Amino acid sequence: MAQMSYREALNLALREEMDRDERVFIMGEEVGYFGGAFKVTDGLLAIFGEKRVRDTPISELTLVGAGVGAAMGGLRPIVELMTVNFGLLAMDQIVNHAAKIHYMFGGQAKVPLVIRAPQGGGHQLGAQHSQSLEAYFLHCPGLRVAIPAMPADAKGLLKTAIRDENPVVFLEHESLYSVKGEVPEDEDYLVPFGKANILRPGSDATIVSYSKCVHDALKAAEELEERGIDVEVIDLRTLNPLDIDTVVESVKKTGAVVVVYEGWRTGGAGAEIASRIYEAAFDSLDAPIERVASLDVPMPYNRYLEAAALPKVEDIVRAVERVV
Amino acid sequence: MALEREKHLAERSLLTLTETELQDMYRMMVLIRRFEDKVAEMYMRGKITGFCHLYAGEEAVAVGAIRALYDKDYVVSTYREHGHCLAKGASPKRVMAELFGKATGVSRGRGGSMHLFDAELRFMGGYAIVGGGLPLAAGLGLSIQYKEEPEIVCCFFGDGAIPQGAFHETLNLASLWKLPVVFICENNFYGMGTLTQRAICQQELYRFAQPYNIPGVRVDGMDVLEVYAATVEAAAHAREGHGPYLIEAVTYRFRGHSMSDPAEYRSKREERIWQERDPIKRFRRRLIERRISAATLDQIDREVDAEIEEAVRFADESPDPDVSEVTKYVYVDA
Repeated sequence: MAQMSYREALNLALREEMDRDERVFIMGEEVGYFGGAFKVTDGLLAIFGEKRVRDTPISELTLVGAGVGAAMGGLRPIVELMTVNFGLLAMDQIVNHAAKIHYMFGGQAKVPLVIRAPQGGGHQLGAQHSQSLEAYFLHCPGLRVAIPAMPADAKGLLKTAIRDENPVVFLEHESLYSVKGEVPEDEDYLVPFGKANILRPGSDATIVSYSKCVHDALKAAEELEERGIDVEVIDLRTLNPLDIDTVVESVKKTGAVVVVYEGWRTGGAGAEIASRIYEAAFDSLDAPIERVASLDVPMPYNRYLEAAALPKVEDIVRAVERVV
Repeated sequence: MALEREKHLAERSLLTLTETELQDMYRMMVLIRRFEDKVAEMYMRGKITGFCHLYAGEEAVAVGAIRALYDKDYVVSTYREHGHCLAKGASPKRVMAELFGKATGVSRGRGGSMHLFDAELRFMGGYAIVGGGLPLAAGLGLSIQYKEEPEIVCCFFGDGAIPQGAFHETLNLASLWKLPVVFICENNFYGMGTLTQRAICQQELYRFAQPYNIPGVRVDGMDVLEVYAATVEAAAHAREGHGPYLIEAVTYRFRGHSMSDPAEYRSKREERIWQERDPIKRFRRRLIERRISAATLDQIDREVDAEIEEAVRFADESPDPDVSEVTKYVYVDA
């Protein structure tokens, strides 16, 4: 174990996997000489050279499409989108191509591609640079969606993603890059997909979350503990596959659920998670499920407006108090 | 239309290709035409459903270009890809079975007319988003370059893809990275029902090569030898590490955009002019001049007819996919 940041953990995963497998390479805007817009790929160019750390033009559609083609040709590409917002330009290649190629050709082709994308708000970057779009990818069969909250999971999930035979959308939160934690240095440290992590056991209520909101949920749980409410916090870690079993087990114990996520409230991942809980554990619930999410607005620039649009620790505390 | 140089190269091909090779090319063109005629018939009879875009009239492009490739070269195509798939060597039985939606089809009944695939033949798929195949072709080219393999990629698309962003992004990237891709634009003058003049600012589509700093040529897409000769040059260029190449093959589809299109936006006179340039009839005349007997060619026609009948029988008798397997292939099993 070593103390390192979420950013360093991702960098380590990339380095280890590129060392392990010659077929793994990374391409994207500014991943080479610049070291990555968020410095995730810092130092990789010096180690692996221009062939395997490829700066690209600003052509998201073709960048992702070339990743799909390279994967079909037997390589294991990692495409970094500078942010998920720019990934919208590549949706045709992600949804119409990457996600469907294995199925529509009857299993003959596979697309072992990782699309990494930072996302999330909180830095006053305005409407076009602050989105959390995991629901778009979660909606589409054929894609895997990994969305780590902790440095150790950032490493272990990224390594799993690179070794997976399917296209994986790997969503990193921009606010988490400097968050530190204990990370295993073992080169075979893999975090399996579809396995949620119970970060804090509790008996009164369950908070289900992922990505940056997990950290808010843990803070809320501490506050609630002082008020005598014992909260269980679950980090889903991947949205597809979704480990609903771990969530349902928890709900059967607590009878109360709050789902916390940074995407827009309407049609967000929380709606799917809540539905799955209702289907599997309706009789265990003592109160309707609460969702804490972003307001349905394009992200405003002003700091007070932005704070009002994003989910906050106190929103989670109040929601838990309503369901217990 | 095409430059004198292309005409000259075509004439030379007539002399350098062996009699067997020429006969094979003729056979494949006839196979595609008869296949498509039969598909139209089966569509009318309800055996084939969904969207179905026929290649009749454009045979010289697929056959000429693919004949110029090596077996292990990749081909990427569009939703009008029956001809490319057959020319790459796919079994007419299994292609017909796919159109019938059967389990024995090339895509196991999951793809249909627009999504043929044959991994073994490196026919890397028909894609039904206009321009969607171009970035994939660049990626396949990148995989070849990365692994230092000797193959190239041949990427077919229609004139309708030229105004798509994917075309311009891909040509820029392929040129920048010198990817071994031959881009072949099948200019049949219509993007569905819209004349290229109403959709594209430049009518000589091969000129789109110039801003991307790659060679571009226009060939007569109704002349299989001209397409062949141009593709031989383009493939050598790509294979030798000089990067991509753009070929514009001027051609004409003898039927509407799809089976549901009576092509009322085209005049009968225009259609007649192009029918007179039928690539199969023209090639047949040249082969006879080359002293391949009409009887030999007639024999090929009869063999092809029998093969198509057999394909229909195979497709018809094949089982539908097992409905219990509807979710199979969404993910690669771990």
